[in-house]
Amino acid sequence: MNKKSEEKQNAGKLLLEEINQPKKRRIWGVISVPLLAIVTGVIIGAILIAATSNNVYEAFDESFLNGIGTSFSEIFIAYRSMFTGSIGDPVRIVNAFSSGDAREIRSALNPILESLVQATPYIFAGLAVALGFRAGLFNIGVEGQLFIGAACATYVGYAVKGLPGIIHMPLAFLAGGLGGALWGFIPGFLKATTGGHEVINTIMMNYIAFRLTEWLLSGPMTRPGSGGMPISPIIEESAQIPQFFQTPIRFHLGFFIALGFAWLVWWLLFKTKWGLNLRTVGTNPRAAKYAGLSVVKNTMIGMALSGGLAGLAGAVQILALNHSMALGLSSGYGFDSIALALIGNNHPLGVVLSSILFGTLRNGATRMMVIARIPIDIVDVIQAIILMLVAAPAIIRTLYRLREPKQEETTVFVSGWGGGQ
Amino acid sequence: MTPILQLKGITKQFPGVLANDHIDLILNKDLILNKGEVLALLGENGAGKSTLMNILYGLYQPDEGEILINGKKILIESPTDAIKTGIGMVHQHFMLIPVFTVTENVMLGEESLRFGDFLDRQAAANRILDISQTYNLQVNPNDLVKDLPVGVQQRVEIIKLLFREAEILIFDEPTAVLTPQEADELFGIMRTLSEQGKSIIFITHKLREVLAIADRIMVIRRGKVVGETLPENADKNSLAAMMVGRAVSLEVEKTEKERGDLVLSIDNMVVADKFQNIVVDHVSLDVHEGEIVGIAGVQGNGQTELVGAVTGLKKPAEGKITLLGEDITKANPRKITEAGSAHVPEDRQADGLVLPFPVAENLVLCTYYQEPFSKGLVLQYGKILDNANQLIEDFDIRTPDALTPVSNLSGGNQQKVIIARELSRPIKFLIASQPTRGLDVGSIEYIHKRIVQKRDEGCAVLLVSSELDEIMELSDRIAVMYRGETIADFPNKGVTKEQVGLMMAGVLPEDALTEKEEPLVEPEL
Repeated sequence: MNKKSEEKQNAGKLLLEEINQPKKRRIWGVISVPLLAIVTGVIIGAILIAATSNNVYEAFDESFLNGIGTSFSEIFIAYRSMFTGSIGDPVRIVNAFSSGDAREIRSALNPILESLVQATPYIFAGLAVALGFRAGLFNIGVEGQLFIGAACATYVGYAVKGLPGIIHMPLAFLAGGLGGALWGFIPGFLKATTGGHEVINTIMMNYIAFRLTEWLLSGPMTRPGSGGMPISPIIEESAQIPQFFQTPIRFHLGFFIALGFAWLVWWLLFKTKWGLNLRTVGTNPRAAKYAGLSVVKNTMIGMALSGGLAGLAGAVQILALNHSMALGLSSGYGFDSIALALIGNNHPLGVVLSSILFGTLRNGATRMMVIARIPIDIVDVIQAIILMLVAAPAIIRTLYRLREPKQEETTVFVSGWGGGQ
Repeated sequence: MTPILQLKGITKQFPGVLANDHIDLILNKDLILNKGEVLALLGENGAGKSTLMNILYGLYQPDEGEILINGKKILIESPTDAIKTGIGMVHQHFMLIPVFTVTENVMLGEESLRFGDFLDRQAAANRILDISQTYNLQVNPNDLVKDLPVGVQQRVEIIKLLFREAEILIFDEPTAVLTPQEADELFGIMRTLSEQGKSIIFITHKLREVLAIADRIMVIRRGKVVGETLPENADKNSLAAMMVGRAVSLEVEKTEKERGDLVLSIDNMVVADKFQNIVVDHVSLDVHEGEIVGIAGVQGNGQTELVGAVTGLKKPAEGKITLLGEDITKANPRKITEAGSAHVPEDRQADGLVLPFPVAENLVLCTYYQEPFSKGLVLQYGKILDNANQLIEDFDIRTPDALTPVSNLSGGNQQKVIIARELSRPIKFLIASQPTRGLDVGSIEYIHKRIVQKRDEGCAVLLVSSELDEIMELSDRIAVMYRGETIADFPNKGVTKEQVGLMMAGVLPEDALTEKEEPLVEPEL
């Protein structure tokens, strides 16, 4: 075996180590809590579905057995509609493929494609939080950074004219990242120079961002003729991130860009010395100082990169889907992203998987509401329970009698709270 | 005569836990403590001493076996139970409230003193005075604990136990925080206690102390009793061999060596702490090639800040530091490292290691940004792993593999990771701060050998240690720090340990070096 391939192998081994560590027991140690949290969330969700259904109460009035039966059928209908709404109807997919009709195939696959569309901003926002955690920073300001990013992308999208798409689209997209980076850099700078805690400052920066975008949309960036409605002009076609199929299928290139960025974040964090700088400062700032790193500099870089990823989440929504900016831009991506990063163990691959899960849940919930008349809020409750169980793993460990794991890099979360100083 | 305490067939297993956290304890021989006896429990870190004592103190429940007090079987389920049955423990870290007076600390939790709903301080103070006279434990009941020197604080801890009428006193590594003089005083107190009929279990890994104070010695290794002996039949070497399981050379082999050129020069340096108190006060110090300069001193006399300034972690307020002819007074740690300096930090877990990171990454913590470990931006994990495997072998680091998080290693092996990382670089100056604190005899022996080896290669070494034995054995020259000043700086020749100990307590060298008898001064901290 030559040197090169040996190095490759070692790198692969390290990758495995980073995600799961090599032994089976260790893999289980990493994924057991998120997995069991999801299962528990779904079970509690099922109980809630049954407990909030009038049909179930009526059935219980008739007889106990009837009540139990109806409960299960209600839960089944709800979760089945959620499944078909988010993944697709398996029968229809099989039929579509056997018929060979391209249009029918596309529309049968639409639910799963739509889930990926929903997952896209989650991936960017989740990466933002995960990168922050790895650098010892608790970025709660993703929502605000997302709004600023969206505003910047929108502005470049409609104000710059006459560029070919190959330049205009990346330009608008990166403008979004830059806006978010600036918004993240400010609390990073404050923390590094004054010690002001980023948790407080990012929350405050959120409020500033919301009001700032409101003002922009109803003032300098307002759409001519909108009559004072807070909405921006429509972006140039050259700035749009292309969608692959005709409406109503919204699946777009942004999903693959998100995957690309997940890889990039992984590469940066675990393969480069800059990433090791960030992780060292994030895990043990005193040892970082001892090793000659600048905690101040790396804190600022960490916050700016995290903010930049958050800005991209806003940009991708504008450029691929909305094509203009209004206030209802985000359904709380910035806040859900904290959950995503935690469930994904602050690892880019974990973030991608948990984002797809959340996207799927979100997408399925809509369908569930239509078919089973279950309020969409049930998904919020399930998400909240999953997050709670992941953030407080002691609950899951007690519930399922799991052993306390050895200290691992997940403790980054804790140092994030303490400000790592 | 029935022994006052008997531990019979005690076992405690920690299934599934990595061995270096909690060793399975299987007491193959009964532990017997007679009335009025000082029993020393000797063993390395992680040998099972603490587990055994935690069982006795009610913090753990044994899987098997029984505890007999005065021949009667009893159950101890909590520290409260232990105190009720007359067992008291002086912890390594004191359990005192600094802003309370001695009386308040002693009566804390002792409900019987309530007079109506009021605390009866006077009665408690009187009892404290009684106890202090009976056992020769001088304290003033109305002093605030925070104003007391460490040695006196420890006395308060002992009084607390006597106040609760403890018959069996457990001392857990009690000398770790004391000067040699204070330690001798403590031994005097322990002697008085045992003469008055109290029974004592003394936990330690220091051989000198065991020989000085114990009536009987029990040695534990890997959760088993490996020997029992009397101090008159034992010496340091035989005890060390029993403890480690092989012959250990306690004396460091060191040849005379001419010192070479000047490497580090500290000139009139002043360092202030974050409250702007001066903690290093106009210190001047030179370290030459091929010499080990030991800085002796009780902890907290400015050594930490001195090291901080020399390694670039702290900026001195005044003065100048020169390393190999280069002014490094304001240089950052990385520049100092690149100039050929290595630093073994005092707090290895907080400063020296990133615990959740694998051994391999910790082994390149100071150099990963350089060739060959990085090429451009990209880390060369192949090279980093090669380096790790080489150092693991060279420095005998016991780890499952290079990818194991360093937090899973034992304290001795964690320190070896740091030693390996720092000494494997081409260095001209080494600063080692408390390099063997809390380590077992085997690791201490190894690390001492490595430090002397570096000196023999011509490296200049600055050794900071509160362990006087270590300073005496390794140093070519000794500087004593007291309240931020170097009050003495002399070659390590013809000086006794007692004399250096006196200087550590603030006695000026001219007095200390003429002093023959035990001094009557109260050591101050």
